[in-house]
Amino acid sequence: MQPKTLFDKIWDNHVVHSIENGPQVVYIDRHFIHEVTSPQAFAGLKKRGVSVFRPSQTIATADHNVPTKDQHLPIKDALSKHQVDTLITNCKEFGVELYGLGHPYQGIVHVIGPELGITQPGMTIVCGDSHTSTHGAFGNIAFGIGTSEVEQVLATQCVLQNKPKTMKIEVNGSLKNGVVSKDIILYVISQLSTSGGTGHFIEFCGSAITSLSMEARMTICNMSIEMGARGGLIAPDKTTFEYLQNRPFAPKGSDWEKKLKEWASLKTDKSAKFDQEYYFKADDIEPMITYGTNPGMGIGITEKIPSLNGDASIKKSLEYMDLSGGSQLLGKKIDYVFIGSCTNSRIEDLRLVAELVKGKTKASHVNAMIIPGSKQVEKQAIEEGLDKILQEAGFELRQSGCSACLGMNEDKVPKGKYCVSTSNRNFEGRQGPGARTMLASPLTAAASALTGHITDVREMLN
Amino acid sequence: MDKFTTLESTCIPLPLQDVDTDQIIPARFLKATTRDGFGDNLFRDWRYSQNGQANPEFILNKGLSGEILVAGRNFGCGSSREHAAWAIYDYGIKVVISSFFADIFKNNALNNGLLPVQVSDEFLEILFKEIEKDPDTKVIVSLENEIIKIKDSDYQEEFEINEYKKYCLTNGYDDIDFLISKKKAIGEFETSR
Ligand code: SF4
Repeated sequence: MQPKTLFDKIWDNHVVHSIENGPQVVYIDRHFIHEVTSPQAFAGLKKRGVSVFRPSQTIATADHNVPTKDQHLPIKDALSKHQVDTLITNCKEFGVELYGLGHPYQGIVHVIGPELGITQPGMTIVCGDSHTSTHGAFGNIAFGIGTSEVEQVLATQCVLQNKPKTMKIEVNGSLKNGVVSKDIILYVISQLSTSGGTGHFIEFCGSAITSLSMEARMTICNMSIEMGARGGLIAPDKTTFEYLQNRPFAPKGSDWEKKLKEWASLKTDKSAKFDQEYYFKADDIEPMITYGTNPGMGIGITEKIPSLNGDASIKKSLEYMDLSGGSQLLGKKIDYVFIGSCTNSRIEDLRLVAELVKGKTKASHVNAMIIPGSKQVEKQAIEEGLDKILQEAGFELRQSGCSACLGMNEDKVPKGKYCVSTSNRNFEGRQGPGARTMLASPLTAAASALTGHITDVREMLN
Repeated sequence: MDKFTTLESTCIPLPLQDVDTDQIIPARFLKATTRDGFGDNLFRDWRYSQNGQANPEFILNKGLSGEILVAGRNFGCGSSREHAAWAIYDYGIKVVISSFFADIFKNNALNNGLLPVQVSDEFLEILFKEIEKDPDTKVIVSLENEIIKIKDSDYQEEFEINEYKKYCLTNGYDDIDFLISKKKAIGEFETSR
């Protein structure tokens, strides 16, 4: 048999039908939906008089629009409320399980899938959200789709797709102190650009990747989409299996044993060929931060902002950020810190932050919000006493949701203000009209909140 | 979905790279539960100031008309929101020309009868120059022949489109119709696993 990549193995396993010179009909094992990209899809089903084909493989949550304070009260914003209510009605009508506001499993769709054990190796997973790539950390094919495709999956449990090409990104060696998985992925994107992965599905491998926890792996796969890739995945291993065991929806008993055997075979064959390959060294990476308005505009924290080369897009970007080429970000005064989003809002992220800020206080002019990725993360943070540590340091721990990652609810960064954010996108206006976002790791964000300016966290660790 | 065969139109130039979906339609306008009306907020934050005043510098406020949007490399990067394609189409654009499209945007556009035409960097540059010289420059897009041509000039180029997608667009046929016709095979696939 011809050697295959892990991606090819999983993909080929799910092809129902191939159209000559056209896309393939790909079977979908798990379909996550949320309030923003599903209403028009359900409306389409109603118009066609079609039901949801496999409701038991469809999981819904409300995350993009929800408030992060007083979640027990009705949503104040009328449009948001209408969207969340529409999701409730649709789920009822079509028999789809909903982990809505108030449910102990509610949270950001890419945080709850893994933590509930719904996300498993070898699967195909889609959601009407580009960061569906997060789930690939478990060794599956997970990718974001548009609303028309959400409707396709609801109606037939399949989606029409052209098979992407494959790319390998290998990172070897060990990370320096103060450097975490967010820095790896920001570094890789800064090297390959925001379109470097377009048309490809990426497999991340190498010792710097396999030594990461599941949470840290999810951060990497989450941002593979920011390179333009369709998604990213990491072969499942002991770390994956240990994370999944005993999760609410993970297989149990003899099923578990059976699955373990199956999952252990999910690997790229030794001599398999990728369409593209890139290699990086972990010790070339320092804490990263972005200076511009796309995630590829990142630099090491001690580096200077690249000088203008007459490019109109870069000029526009630096004007928006009110930064100039050739200057350093280190020491730059900031106004907001946002720790949250499907990139960095898991319990491990909160622990890292709490450990760093314990016994210290944030700079008084900084507004520091921490938004847990899910109700379960929120609960666990309280159980571990992290909420107290954070509160004493002046950080506000709120309730779960997407929040200021995209500013659809009331959590926004005001015009012209600088925000160090652990989210994944620094586009113009992403965190609110005129907001200036600088992407970084939770460690860099927390360190900067403490000092009130862009800070090299390594100085605090030594 | 509307059918698409050929189009001859003036263009709206947007010579910027990496135009992301948050610029095409900012998240705060994604709260609708229908597909209509997104065109009003197309490029909202470039088009209007925060208090709703039209920005005279922005191309959509310069009184140009046209059913073709011409944009720099890597158009449509970012989120999977199909609202971006809906907003462009709702505004009255039928074709987007760029030298590179983000994957999900391309799929979303095709699923809504909006044709993404990928041209070479050289062709794109020439096109921007021609439009700058004469804003009434017309472009002819023939889906049937997969050819894009600047009218009354020698500049033309072939573009590629997946045969199946071409069939869908020329016939106004949705993917979902096709998938529903395959339900039996999908059921058999499930039992065979
Ligand atoms: S946290 Fe941000 S990136 Fe993640 S799903 Fe929510 S809005 Fe999208």
